[in-house]
Amino acid sequence: MSRVNSSEPISPKIFVHIKPKKGWQLIDFRELTEYRDLFYFLVMRDIKVKYKQTVLGGLWAIIQPFFTMVVFTLFFGKLARMPSDGIPYPIFSYSALVPWAYFAHCIAGSGSSLIGNTSLISKVYFPRLIIPFTPVLAGLLDFCIAFLVLIGMMLYYQMYPTLFALLLPFLVALMMMSASGVGMILGALNAKYRDIGYTIPFIVQLWMFASPIVYPASMIPEKYRVFYALNPMAGVIEGFRSALLGTTEFPIIMIAISAIVSCVLFLLGLFYFKQTERFFADII
Amino acid sequence: MSETILTAKHLSKRYRIGVREKGYKTFREAIVDGFKAPLRNFRRLGRLTKFESGSSSESKEINHNGLPTDVIWALRDVSFEVKEGEVLGIIGRNGAGKSTLLKILSRITEPTTGDVKIYGRVSSLLEIGTGFHPELTGRENIYLNAAILGMRKIEIGQKFDEIVAFAEIEKFIDTPVKRYSSGMYVRLAFAVAAHLEQEILLVDEVLAVGDMAFQKKCLGKMGDVAKEGRTVLFVSHNMPAVRALCPRSLLLGEGAVIADAPTSDTLRVYNETLRRLELDVYTDVMNPKNRRGSGAARFTEIRIEDEAGEKKSKFIMGSTIRFVLSYRTFATVDGLFVGIFLRSGISREFVTSVRYLISDKKTCSGYIGSAVVEFPNVNLRPGEYPLYFQLADGPNRALDVVDDLTLPLTIYADKAFDELGFEPARPSGFFNIESRMIFLQE
Repeated sequence: MSRVNSSEPISPKIFVHIKPKKGWQLIDFRELTEYRDLFYFLVMRDIKVKYKQTVLGGLWAIIQPFFTMVVFTLFFGKLARMPSDGIPYPIFSYSALVPWAYFAHCIAGSGSSLIGNTSLISKVYFPRLIIPFTPVLAGLLDFCIAFLVLIGMMLYYQMYPTLFALLLPFLVALMMMSASGVGMILGALNAKYRDIGYTIPFIVQLWMFASPIVYPASMIPEKYRVFYALNPMAGVIEGFRSALLGTTEFPIIMIAISAIVSCVLFLLGLFYFKQTERFFADII
Repeated sequence: MSETILTAKHLSKRYRIGVREKGYKTFREAIVDGFKAPLRNFRRLGRLTKFESGSSSESKEINHNGLPTDVIWALRDVSFEVKEGEVLGIIGRNGAGKSTLLKILSRITEPTTGDVKIYGRVSSLLEIGTGFHPELTGRENIYLNAAILGMRKIEIGQKFDEIVAFAEIEKFIDTPVKRYSSGMYVRLAFAVAAHLEQEILLVDEVLAVGDMAFQKKCLGKMGDVAKEGRTVLFVSHNMPAVRALCPRSLLLGEGAVIADAPTSDTLRVYNETLRRLELDVYTDVMNPKNRRGSGAARFTEIRIEDEAGEKKSKFIMGSTIRFVLSYRTFATVDGLFVGIFLRSGISREFVTSVRYLISDKKTCSGYIGSAVVEFPNVNLRPGEYPLYFQLADGPNRALDVVDDLTLPLTIYADKAFDELGFEPARPSGFFNIESRMIFLQE
C-alpha cells in the first residue's frame, strides 16, 4: 500500500493504492507523520490511564524501584555481601533499577500492546507501528520520576556525576531502541502465538540477572566482558552508574558493543514487525 | 461530470479458519495427544498466515484427500467502481463478504489478490466508539477517538463544541465515560463519527445500535452526509434504509458480486436469490458460521409444512402452517424454550412471535428432540416474512439463533383478495383484524 501525491484525475487529493504486499516492506515516514496526533493521544492515554483510580497515583513510579532496592539491599547487599564497586549498596542497586524498571516495563508493555489493542487493530486502519512504540514513550514519564529520586539519593550520599553524564541522553536512546526492538518482536509474535504472553515475565526475570543490577559488571571476568556486553542493558546500566556515580571508568567498549546490539535489535524488530503487520487484523 | 473515486479490481480474500478437531475416544488418547499438541499447535498457528502457492481459487477448498480444508474465500474476484458523491449500498446475506470488503477498503486487512485505487481519505465506521477508554473523560475520548478515525488535532479542536452539542453531554464532558449511561455513550460515539470529514465514508451495520429514535437520527445524518456530496459505502440489512439512501447497490453472495445495479433491481435479484435457496438444513442451518447463541443446543432441522405434511414456504392466506423443529443439546441446559419470530420483510422488525416451553428441567448433553408448532388459519396478510428461530434456556439466554437463514415465509392471496386490493408487493399491514361496519350513511 503506497501513498503518493498523484497526478491522476483528482489531483489535490490523497491517492491510496491497496494491493497485496510482496517482499520487503519499507517504513512510510510520510504516513507516520500524518498520524503523529494519534500517536500523541495514545501515549497520553497510556499515561493518564495508568494510575487512574489509584490512591498513590504517580508515586507508584517511585515505589516499585524503591522497594525493589530495599529488598535487594537487604538480601544481596547485607546478607549475601555482594560487592558494589565500593559505593553504598542502596544507591548502587537503585541507579541500575531506574533504567531497568523502564526497560522491563517497555518490553512487557510493547509485547502485549497488539493484543491489548485488538479492537483498534480489527476496526480501523492506522500505521501499526504506533502501537508497540506507545509504551516506550509513555514509560519515559515514570523513568523521569524515578530518576528524580535517584538525584535525591545522590545528594544524600553526596555523590556527584562525572562529565560523562552528558552522554546520558545517548544511553537513554540506546535503552529505548533495544526496548522497542525487543518489544516489536515479542508483540508481533504474541499476535500469533499467545505463548509469548506467558513467556514475557520469565524473559524479563532472566534478563534482569543477566544485567549488572544486583552485582557489578566488574565481577565478570575481563575476557568474558565483551560477550557480556552483548546484552545491551549491560552497557547501558554500567554507563549509568559510571557516569552518575563515578564508580568505575566509563565503559566505552561495553557501551559501543551495546550500541551496536541495540541498533541491530531495533532494526530486526522493525523488519520483523513490518513483515508480519499485514496479518495482524486477520489472526489477532 | 463526477470522477471515479474508487476502483476495485479482481479483489479476492482468503482466510484460514480453524478446522474442528476430532474428539478423543479414550483417556489414553487424550494424554498422548496432550503431549503431541504443542507441535501440532505450532504448525496450525504457523499456517494461519501461509497458503500453499500456485493453487487456484477453485481447487482450494478441497485437499488431496477430498476433504474440505480450512481455507475459505471470503471474497472472490470482486470488481466495481464508485463515482465521487455516490452512495453505494452493499447488501447480501450473513457471510456474503460485505464486512470483509469494507475491511479491505479501509486497509485493515489486505486483499489476497487484486487491487483498489482510492482518490481521497477513507474513514470507516465499522463500529462506533472504537478505542473509547472507560477511564478517560468524555473530552479525552473525543480527541482520542477522533484521532483514531483519522482526524488531526486541529480539526478536532475546531469541531469539538459541535460534537459535544450533537451528543448532548455538555454537563458530563469531564466525567469518565465509564460513568455514562449506555445511551450517552452511544450518542457521544456517534457524534464523533458523524463529524468526520473524509471524502469516503465506509459504514457497516453500526447504525443498527441504540433505540429507534437514535437510529432515525443516525439515518438522518447519513442522508445529510450523502447530500453534502461525499461518497458513502453503506453496508446494511435494513432494506428500506438502503432503498432510501442508495441509488445504486451491490449484491454480494458467497464472496462474489451477484448484482451491481440500481437499488430496486439489486433488491429484486436479492429477493429472487433468497427464494431460489433450497431449504436445506445441511447447508445453512448446520453452518455454525451464521449462527448466534451459546451453542449449548442447536437446531438440527427446521421444516415448514402444510397440514398434509408437505414441505413448502408459500402459503395462501388462511391456510395452516406447521413448523417442525428438531434440536439437539450439546451441553447441559437448564430449561429449554423454543421461539418462532416473524420479521417484516420490509423493515425487518419483529411482527409477531410465539414461544413454547420444551422442558423446565435440566436437560443433559446429547439430548435429541423435536417440536411441532402449528399456526392454524394464519391471518397474515400477503407478503414476505423472514423467519427467526430461537432456542433459549430457562433464564432466557439464547442457545441458538437461526435468523433469516431459511426461506422467508411467503403469504399470498387468492384471487378474491387481489380484487380487494391486496398486492403482495404493496402490503397494507401484517394482520387482518376482526372488524365490522356498524354505520353507513349513503
